[in-house]
This record gives sequence, C-alpha cells and structure tokens, in this order.
Amino acid sequence: MSQAQKGDWVQIYQIILPAGKRAPQVPAETASVPLEMWVKGFLEEEQAQVGTDVTICSLAGRLLRGRLIAKNPHYEVNYGFPQPELLTIGAELKAILEGNIDE
Amino acid sequence: MSNTSYQAVIARKPEIIRKATNIDYAAFESGGIGFDYERMMSQVAYSLDKIHQIQKETGVGNTPLLELKNITALARQLAGPGKGARIFIKDEACNPSGSFKARRASVSVYHAKQHGYKGVVAATSGNFGAAIASQAAMRGLKSIIVQEVYDSRGIGQPEILEKTRACEAYGAEVIQLTVGPELFYQFLLVLEQTGYFNASLYTPFSICGIETLGTEIAEQVLAATGRKPDAVVVTHAGGGNVTGTARGLQRAGCDNTQIIAASVDLKGLHMASDIDFNRKSFTTGHTGFGMPFATSPDRADVPRNAARPLRYMDRYVTITQGEVFYVTEMLAVLEGLERGPAGNTSLTAAFALAQHMGRDEVIVVQETEYTGAGKHPSPQLTFAKKNGIEVRRGNPLENVPGKAIIIPECPGQINIKDIKLDSVRQSYLRNALGSIDIRVLRPQDIEFLAAETRLEAASVERKVSEIQAGR
Repeated sequence: MSQAQKGDWVQIYQIILPAGKRAPQVPAETASVPLEMWVKGFLEEEQAQVGTDVTICSLAGRLLRGRLIAKNPHYEVNYGFPQPELLTIGAELKAILEGNIDE
Repeated sequence: MSNTSYQAVIARKPEIIRKATNIDYAAFESGGIGFDYERMMSQVAYSLDKIHQIQKETGVGNTPLLELKNITALARQLAGPGKGARIFIKDEACNPSGSFKARRASVSVYHAKQHGYKGVVAATSGNFGAAIASQAAMRGLKSIIVQEVYDSRGIGQPEILEKTRACEAYGAEVIQLTVGPELFYQFLLVLEQTGYFNASLYTPFSICGIETLGTEIAEQVLAATGRKPDAVVVTHAGGGNVTGTARGLQRAGCDNTQIIAASVDLKGLHMASDIDFNRKSFTTGHTGFGMPFATSPDRADVPRNAARPLRYMDRYVTITQGEVFYVTEMLAVLEGLERGPAGNTSLTAAFALAQHMGRDEVIVVQETEYTGAGKHPSPQLTFAKKNGIEVRRGNPLENVPGKAIIIPECPGQINIKDIKLDSVRQSYLRNALGSIDIRVLRPQDIEFLAAETRLEAASVERKVSEIQAGR
C-alpha cells in the first residue's frame, strides 16, 4: 500500500502556512500550529511512493501538487456507538403520551 | 505568475471577489456606513417567479409541510390549560442534496452558468457545500469546496467528514484544511487560479433562493390550517436562513408572523481555536456564528452581506446541544423522521415556544436536514466522549459548552433562553461605527442604521451618541 500507480485515487498533503506565520487574529493555540491541507484525486505519475511529492488530477480536473500520504483513503465516518443516554428516550416519551407518567 | 503569499492574495481580495461574483457592489454604496440594501436585492437578485422556475428545473423546493401531531400532543401535556400551538415542520431534507441549502445554491449556480463561468467555488464546511456540488452537477459546472475539517492532531469533526464525502460523491474537488480563518486565503487563491464563480452564502443570489421557503410555508400553512403561521422558528447561523425566510413570508403577506431565530448556545468556545474546534458537537446553527453575523454581518466573503438577520428577527433564543440531541431522538421515535441533528435546533426551540402559545395557533419549524453517518447523534456523542466531553442525562441548565453535554431527563426540562435583542442591537451599532467620528454621520447613515436595527432614527441617534461618549 506504500506504492501507488497512475490513476489510483490518492490523497495529498501540504502545509499552507507554517506555525508562526499564521494570520495575526488567530488565538495562540492556532498560531502555534501550521495550516495544513489535504486534497484527493487521481495520481498523474506512473508510480509513486507514499511520502514523495506527486501531482494529482482532482475531481474538478485541476492538477495539484503535494506529498502523497494515502492510496484509496478510507471514509472515516460511521455511526459510532449506540448512546445509552438516548436509547431510553423513546419509551419514556411514549409513556408520557400514553398518560402513564405525569410530567 | 502573481505572488501567492498570504499577504499578497489578501491584498488582492477586492479584485478577486469582483471578478468572481460579477456584482458591482460599489454601485450600492452611499459613501458612508450605509448602503442601499433593498436596491441591491431588487437589482441583483432574481424575481420570485424566476426563482421558482430556476428551482423547478433542478428539483429544488416544494418540500412537504408535515404536522408533528405526536410532538404537539406531548407539548400540550406539558403546557398550561388552553396552551400548546400546533407544530409543523418543513421537510427540507427532501431537497436534492438533503437540506434547504439547495435553495441557496440553485440560484448561484444558475447565475454562474448564465454568465459563462466554468465552475463554482464555495467556502463551507456545512450542507451548503453538498448543495453547490449537487446543483453544479445538474447544470454541468465544476465545483470546488473549501472546508475547515481537522484540528492539528488531524482529527476531523464527524459531521464535516460526512460533508466531505457528500461533496465528493456529487463530483466536487474538496480542499480540506485545519482550523483557521486563513481558509479564506485558500478560497481566494482558488477563485483567482480557476476564474470560477464565488458561490458565496451571502450574495443576493443565495438569499433570494431562500425566499421561496417563506412563500411555500405561507401557502402550505394556509391550506392546512386556514390561517397564516403565527410564528416561524429559524435555525440561525450566518443569517441567510432568517433573512431569506422572513423576506419570503413578507412577500406572502405574513406581516404578523413572528420570526424567531434559534441557535445552539456555544458561548465561550472560540471558533478559530485549534483546541475548541473539536469540543463542540454542532458545526453550525450555533451562537459562534449567530452572534457575530447578527452584530457584524459584513464580515462575510463578499463586500456587502445580503443576509441582514437583525432586520428580520423578532426574537432570538438559544437552546443547548443536549436538548437538540434529545429532540432529535424525539423526532425519530414519535414522528418517524430521522433528521438532523443540527437542523433540529429550531424544532427544539419550537417545542418549548409552542407551550406558551394558544392551541389554535400555528408554529412552524422551517427546516429539516438529512442525517447520515457522522451526522447523527450517535457518532457525534461517540466523538464528544472520545474528546473528553462529559455526556449524561440531567438538567440542561448544567450544560457547559465544550465540557458537558446534558441530555434532558424529561421533556419538561427543555427550555429556551432569550437573548436580549437590545444588547445585540447595541453591539451591532458599536461594530458599525467602528472607530469613526460620529460627527461625520449623515442622515442616510442614520436611516441605514435604523433599518438595520429596527429602531427609530431618534433612538439610533441617542444610542450612537452614548457609544461615542463611552469611548
């Protein structure tokens, strides 16, 4: 997985503004870290190693440069865990509606 | 090749924005504090008939108005005798991209296409990105969405990560950034490099697209109940939702309908803070946007913001994150509608407000939004707990933004907090005056400030003098 081929769906990374060069209005905790960027697209090079600088063709058709950090990056979102704090709300509300509990 | 440094690009902002919006904002300036808002809206935006046509072409609008009978019954059980307004909800999740933002995007993308732009760019971490990408796909334009997604640990807000996925699903290039207002620098750079249209949330195109939401509510409520809505509750962030909906209601003759803005209370969390960023569960519809955009609307990505919420809100209320999660669950289990959660901010407020209105009255929640992986109470609370936020059942009064999310123990604990509009107006005036000497204010500036704050001219003059004296 550390090597990608031309046409692979990949993600690139760039530092846009280094720490210390941030806009003057940002709070200290933000000023002390860089402004970073990630973009996905199709790899232009025949072959490239993760960690090297590459060109991608984005979904808008633009050619963008950056450090290759992932091939076919996974979607990070899911439904998490069912929440005990929410699970009983339905039954509680129905009991109130049915008049079994005075609110 | 022009200089692409931060300072150089920011310095070119006026020129970049002018090319990318195709609006001559200077034509509406009066040379002082004020500008001719209504003339800008009437000359730049489209007519209501034209907007209907544009939106019909891409399947936007005409969403169902649903009566929440079980939630109304519950509110009536909690309310005093004779109290408990009928609660209706406008199911905006039925729009092509799953939120009312399709209305805002539809006119912008139409306009971009008409004027020969090859693509559209929007700076948004919310539903608007998906709406722009969806509308652009329908009209054959390219789209680029610039999002604030991660903190410096590379940890992303689940709701925003879902929006990244949605935008890419509609064919948009998504530029994901870490926290910080310099997102605007990247946005300007993209506009300059591509020559694409600035599909800003704050142009007259975006705001006029929402007016149909107001007119539809007026028509549908009248058809369902034989009366005009007594109150419409609007989730408030950048101000466009309040402005567009209220303008639509006014166009439909709902002059006595109360416009109630509602935001989630995130007081104390800094919106540009790398640390606070992932300590909130709501990425929009909160006071972190709601207050600054009400008191300083021209902080937007265009010279003059077409969203002027203070002109339209009759009341501004807040509720807590935990209350919105509770009501999101209520909507799913009592009404069979899995929506939100952020869009349920206004529903949460409406549930409390309805209990103080008569049974014959009608209160309308003017939006729902789609739900999905990441954008749902369970992933958001899972994320909150992982980030050290306390989540428990209890009294919402114990809520502390960024520290504790309190899920109510019972529906009677859901309550609104009123924000004093007088203080908001005072802040607005202070911001509008900036550091200028009030002796340079002309009658048209006073008139503008009066329209902005809905105060009498004499009252504005008095407040302005007080501010000057207090400096």
